[in-house]
Amino acid sequence: MATLKVLVVDDEPGIRSGISRIMRNFRVSYPFMDEDFDFELEEADSGEKAIAIIEKEPVDIILLDNKLPGMDGIEVLEHIRSKQMDIYVMMITSYASLELAVKATTNGAYNFVPKPFTPEELRSAVENITKHLFLKRMTRSMNKEGKQVRFQFLSVLSHELKSPINAIEGYLKIMKERQVGESLSDYDTMIDRSLERIKGMRTLIMDMMDLTRLESTSKARQVRKVDLGQVARIALDTMEPMAIQKNVKMFLDAPENLVLQSDSDEIEIIMNNLVSNAVKYNRENGEVSVTIRQTDNQVSIKVEDTGIGMNEEEVSRLFQEFMRIKNEKTRNITGSGLGLSIVKKLVEDTYHGTITVKSIPDGGTTFEVHLPN
Amino acid sequence: MKEDKKTILIVDDDADCLAQMELQIRRLGFEVITADSQKKGEEVIMEKEPDLAIIDLMMENKDSGFILCYKMKQQYPGMPVIIASAVTAETGLRFGVETEDERRWIKADTFIEKGIRPDQLEREINKLLKI
Repeated sequence: MATLKVLVVDDEPGIRSGISRIMRNFRVSYPFMDEDFDFELEEADSGEKAIAIIEKEPVDIILLDNKLPGMDGIEVLEHIRSKQMDIYVMMITSYASLELAVKATTNGAYNFVPKPFTPEELRSAVENITKHLFLKRMTRSMNKEGKQVRFQFLSVLSHELKSPINAIEGYLKIMKERQVGESLSDYDTMIDRSLERIKGMRTLIMDMMDLTRLESTSKARQVRKVDLGQVARIALDTMEPMAIQKNVKMFLDAPENLVLQSDSDEIEIIMNNLVSNAVKYNRENGEVSVTIRQTDNQVSIKVEDTGIGMNEEEVSRLFQEFMRIKNEKTRNITGSGLGLSIVKKLVEDTYHGTITVKSIPDGGTTFEVHLPN
Repeated sequence: MKEDKKTILIVDDDADCLAQMELQIRRLGFEVITADSQKKGEEVIMEKEPDLAIIDLMMENKDSGFILCYKMKQQYPGMPVIIASAVTAETGLRFGVETEDERRWIKADTFIEKGIRPDQLEREINKLLKI
């Protein structure tokens, strides 16, 4: 049970005690709220006293009469607004005029209850305001968390971008001071490593751009018929050079003209990430097979490899941002750690599909994506 | 001068930083053992006690360096440990072992920034090894 503090501001004692009676034992529940709300009441017989109270302690809702002996209701409203207090105000007024209503609304009153009111009218008005307040606060805390997540993401990102710069800078300093010899060939390994780190950074930047494109609302998605077999073919072609280097054979099994109503950029991101992982984390002379099928109401994209595989613990962390499985076997593989988190975001959030992974250490990994079609 | 060479353990999960640090330390005339993770670092100290350890702060986890450092100090209370990180430059966070309070929970003897000049590094090491 959560309790909201309600301040009743009215110069008529009868109204104040009447409201207290009506609100006693009144509860508001909402299907998705974790807990019900009840109310703790406090009374003030003037605007001045009301302000003294809200300055001193947090109040959630004010039931405010407009016609008060000293300062009037509107002035109390103005005070709350100028101090940007997180308080919901409901005006209670006996002669409701349009002018007053406009003035009160401009000053942030949430709604009106005309005097005299029935207990039912008051309860239903309080119920509305409670739900509104709950949703407002919920939204705010969710936004804050969103920002928090963003901040963490950026601080990890800056770490991921700076590590290669540090590494390359380190090598350049060593070269500048001729620390291991006078001949350029003494530095071959360092040059190769620097180039490798630059490649890694480029991958990271490309993935970042994918992610930004997905998250920015400015880019209009273009949903139309996309031939999945064709996208897969292009993904395999792109990975061909690396596959040849590792002597990895790639197979595609897809029915002709299997189309999915989708954005081709997004499907490419999914396909490219899965296929490139299957090649990168494969062994010499390994295989990659991509199988695409249409079943009743969905398409499945299965990407199998005969690569280094992962243990359960590694699989469980696989979809986290900047997650890179670090071990002997992955040491020389370049990656940003963003690819799979992007794929998951697309599959689940954008296409309401599923992605599953099965893996056997040193046996291989199979990713299976299901998208409703 | 350095007849029986002192051994320094370097732990860093970035292969390049590890290689560079190893090169610097060898050039200063020390023996070097390397480990590329907190776990590997723990394995090394099970086997032998280095004269000094230099460990990276962020490895498998953000606090891997602290944890490894803590374990080292438990096993070899007298062994100096240096934590090397690029954390300050990257995040603006500052760690230090200046005050008593910090010393109580951070067990490292010194913090150095990655990219430290070789002569500064040598000075820090010599100070800790009392050379």
